[in-house]
Amino acid sequence: MEYTREELLPGVWLTALRTDKFKTGTLTMSLLSQLDAETASMHALIPGVLRRGTVRLPDMESIAGELDGLYGSRVEPAVRRVGEVQLTGFTASFPEDRLLPERMGLLGRISSLLGDLLLRPNTRGGLLLPDYVNGEREKLVERIRAQKNDKDSYAVQRLIQLMCAYEPISAGVLGSEDSAEGIHYTRLTRRWRELTATAPIELFYCGSESFSAVADALGEALFDLPRGELDADIGTDVRMNSLEESPREFTDLMDVTQGKLAMGWRLGNSMLEPDVPALMVFNAVFGGSVTSKLFMNVRERLQLCYYASSGLDWQKGLLLVSSGVAFDKLGAARDEILAQLDEIRRGNVTPEELTAARRAVRHRLATMSDDPYSLEGHYLSFNIAGSDASPEELAAACEDVSVDEVAEIARNAECDAIYYLRAGEDGEDEEA
Amino acid sequence: MKRLDYPHVGEILYETSLPNGLPVLVSPKPGYAKSYAFFATKYGGAMRRFNLQGRAIDTPAGVAHFLEHKMFDMPEGNALAALSQNGASPNAYTSGGITAYHFESTQGFYENLDILLKFVSTPYFTAESVGKEQGIIGQEIRMTEDNPYFALYYGLLRALYDHHPVRESVAGTVESIAEITPETLYDCHRAFYVPSNMVLCVAGDVDAEKVAAAAERILPGELSEVPRPDYGEPEALEPTAPRVELAMDVSAPQFLVGAKLPAPESGADILRQTLICELALRSLVGRSSPFYTGLYAEGLLRADFSYGEDFSCGTAYMELGGESAEPERVLERFVSEVRRVSENGLEPEAFERARRADYGLTLRSLGSFSSLCRALADGAMNGYRFLDVFEVSRSLSADDCAEYIRENFAPERLALAAVTPRGPKG
Repeated sequence: MEYTREELLPGVWLTALRTDKFKTGTLTMSLLSQLDAETASMHALIPGVLRRGTVRLPDMESIAGELDGLYGSRVEPAVRRVGEVQLTGFTASFPEDRLLPERMGLLGRISSLLGDLLLRPNTRGGLLLPDYVNGEREKLVERIRAQKNDKDSYAVQRLIQLMCAYEPISAGVLGSEDSAEGIHYTRLTRRWRELTATAPIELFYCGSESFSAVADALGEALFDLPRGELDADIGTDVRMNSLEESPREFTDLMDVTQGKLAMGWRLGNSMLEPDVPALMVFNAVFGGSVTSKLFMNVRERLQLCYYASSGLDWQKGLLLVSSGVAFDKLGAARDEILAQLDEIRRGNVTPEELTAARRAVRHRLATMSDDPYSLEGHYLSFNIAGSDASPEELAAACEDVSVDEVAEIARNAECDAIYYLRAGEDGEDEEA
Repeated sequence: MKRLDYPHVGEILYETSLPNGLPVLVSPKPGYAKSYAFFATKYGGAMRRFNLQGRAIDTPAGVAHFLEHKMFDMPEGNALAALSQNGASPNAYTSGGITAYHFESTQGFYENLDILLKFVSTPYFTAESVGKEQGIIGQEIRMTEDNPYFALYYGLLRALYDHHPVRESVAGTVESIAEITPETLYDCHRAFYVPSNMVLCVAGDVDAEKVAAAAERILPGELSEVPRPDYGEPEALEPTAPRVELAMDVSAPQFLVGAKLPAPESGADILRQTLICELALRSLVGRSSPFYTGLYAEGLLRADFSYGEDFSCGTAYMELGGESAEPERVLERFVSEVRRVSENGLEPEAFERARRADYGLTLRSLGSFSSLCRALADGAMNGYRFLDVFEVSRSLSADDCAEYIRENFAPERLALAAVTPRGPKG
């Protein structure tokens, strides 16, 4: 795959991977902003509202009809976060022209649709339509409420919210229910205009077209993009250490049949100069693979939980563990998870464990190159961090990661918070 | 192996049939890191009764699914663990018409393929392990019985079918699986897990000849008789009950509208009929149809609305549904759309949009190794080549779909199943 990255317009970067490997081309557009409780919900709402209609295609029916006619092309609103940077925009995919019965020029047509969605939405008197804003706002509120339905991810979300209460990340990528409910279409219109003028924009393409063809198509689609003073202060606030000497503990009570345990660590000195391959191997040794210490010991050997796995947010400097546990085993599972990390701190990692962990990371990185959306996620996250390391380079670097390096990462990690989700009514006395 | 070229969609396929009757299909995917293998038998939950060597055999509901769980047991240990340790991600599933075992891996593909072929062709069951599994699957069955989507789906099938076994849960019931013994499993394995009743499909950057050679080396060499499933007397095309309503713990009503469809025996006709039905539905109720966008705007349909068709087990049906506050009104609107098309035909633009969208989406699905292999295997089991679908698509017209709609979606053919929120207790 041929990798090219260039600035097309002030603050507008295009990253392109040229390859004939896939049946579909992928094109995404992300407006970058500082994640912030004030604006998170509005930024989450904007692409959904813009996707409802443009000047040329004023409603859902006409957009759906256009996309069907373009051989089932897709354009979807997307809201994500990388560290504490909020990404708001669209993801699109469309069949490769060479595989269609007729020459459609889909790259140009989808680029132009993306430009229309961002810059030329269906407005009245310069304002986004109240109908569209209200309808999409209700859906956003429902989505925020529905975060509670998946208890596994909800527990991790609550942990981050409580552990990082005074940091931007606590806002959550969709913002809060209250802030979403309060969005008014005039205010949202203003925010949309400010965002398009000030946000750095990341464009990503993966497919068979040349860089210059992609750059031309997007340049044309965004020719009237307003560029004001760009927001240059976007970034992630990394806290190296835990807030208190011993981990803070939090409990929520809900109507659940299985307990949830979520634990968070600050990566400490490992964040001075993050060594991503070493962090990945460490995570696979600890809880990020089926051969990990958490899986083999906490789940399989001691049967303390239904699942236990770890994950990293290396931009923010967090190590997170998520586990499903019977209520009466929450304490034992927590102690064993801490004990397993201590094992790594002492360097007790067998050569087999290290080899299996490297293999798991290599597998994950290798399959990334088989999926355009995984590649997009990878490059977006690395480009924002100022790197353009390819999955292959990371995989190669994993081979040199030693037990000492893995142990050092474990020693640097400081447990900052532990979160329990258990059954019971609010206000009920907690059992000892 | 025979090489087939599909230059319009950038696909090549290698296929062969081994002396033991096993079709082997390999889709080369140069440049991909992962490889995927799919080994399936034409044996699913609906094949409870069958004839083998002149003998009629009747088995409890849920054997195919039970057998799938137990196949991973090997005299030397568990095959699932062996594959995982070798870096593969293995899994399996059972539907009404097939049982499939598959894995994906980025290293050690041929070793993993050997393990797959070996464990699926090695029956090893003990009374103890069967007893233990009865407990595990029993739990699974109880959990799915509480699931409103599961209840809704089988609610529809029971509304449509009078006696065809697709109306019964693939996993069986707690009572039916209690009747399963190691002998039941050995018998069904012997009958259905013969190479002539199976398909091996591989996608990846692999050597097709080596794949076929592994199958030839590991699987039994002789050509065995394939059992004939007995689905009972053919069913009428009208539903058994036009309405089924269930009350469960859901926050809003969920519904499915369905119709039984004429089922082609096999071969190219299945591919053609499936595609006509798919395009008919997409034209009528797809994302850009006035039906969907109108009801969505009125708040009677949501983005979870979906539709589809199933042609398997000697029968066929279509279904459409999702969440709606007023399922009856959605049905009414569907009936009036069908009437409009039956009288005036299908607008050429609507059909053309549907045809193109379907073409592009099918093309997209070729990038997913699991859906590609499943589609190739379904074709091999039913006597057609899946990749001919693009050619068939070009040959269809708006009239083909309008006629299909007129013949098969008439009001007297439709059934409505709904799950509504349980009222307050007491």
